[in-house]
Amino acid sequence: MSRPALAEVAVGTELPEQVFRVTRADLVRYAGASGDFNPIHWNDRTATAVGLPGVIAHGMFTMALAGRAVTGWTGDPAALAEYHVRFGRPVVVPDDDEGAEVTVRGKVGAVLEDGRLRVDLTVTSDGEKVLSLARAIVRLA
Amino acid sequence: MALDRELVGRSYPPSAVYEVGRAKIAEFATAIGAHDPVHHDVEAARAAGHPDVIAPPTFAIVVSLGAANVVLGDPGVSLDYSRVVHGEQRFAHHRPIRAGDRLVATTTIDAVRTVAGNDMLTTRVDLTTEDGEAVCTATSMLVARGTA
Repeated sequence: MSRPALAEVAVGTELPEQVFRVTRADLVRYAGASGDFNPIHWNDRTATAVGLPGVIAHGMFTMALAGRAVTGWTGDPAALAEYHVRFGRPVVVPDDDEGAEVTVRGKVGAVLEDGRLRVDLTVTSDGEKVLSLARAIVRLA
Repeated sequence: MALDRELVGRSYPPSAVYEVGRAKIAEFATAIGAHDPVHHDVEAARAAGHPDVIAPPTFAIVVSLGAANVVLGDPGVSLDYSRVVHGEQRFAHHRPIRAGDRLVATTTIDAVRTVAGNDMLTTRVDLTTEDGEAVCTATSMLVARGTA
């Protein structure tokens, strides 16, 4: 993917929309890789017992996917200097082959004095916002 | 039970060293679908100017969450963990975490609030190398629903 140059972006520049499919297998893999084995992310009995509609994705997994939309755009994972999200509603992942879809849209919200960019993300699943705030500060070459 | 406001500013002793391995970075990157070669291939990482493979930005949680467990073990922190959800997460990277890093985590309680009957606890984990180089600050806000 070609990297956007700082001169080519301005407030309002949109990132390409990204859609990520999330299945139970992805959650199991993320649990193992991250060390977060909370059963609400893989066990329906536990999830429903605590009042959730079913197994939900790790908030940190959703954050990681949204981060990929940013680093995929900059072309450089090291360019993401700061990253802040607020978890709004959970991504419910059904026990089937389709799983859930997470859609990430983003646009440049500000050009900071030091030349870094603030990217504002909108992250939705099933038509609802799952992150109530998601912002990244990136440094373009 | 509401959290004690006196907890704000409480800091815990530095963690044991967490040694970042290439295989762990690759495993984490694969789990989130991050296939950029800088996470998987040392030569590609070096060609991009890094001393070794670098971790995806949210990898810091692997180290910081483990370190922040020290707060859960503090008898002075009366949080009902069966009711805890992750409310907010922030990373400030001074540089990417990379394979070979020997990281030490220092955890501090940054804020304690009660909003609409929910206890909210914010912990800050400062990740540095063993030699004291600042690498990342990871701030997590946990919400204990309906406990206050």
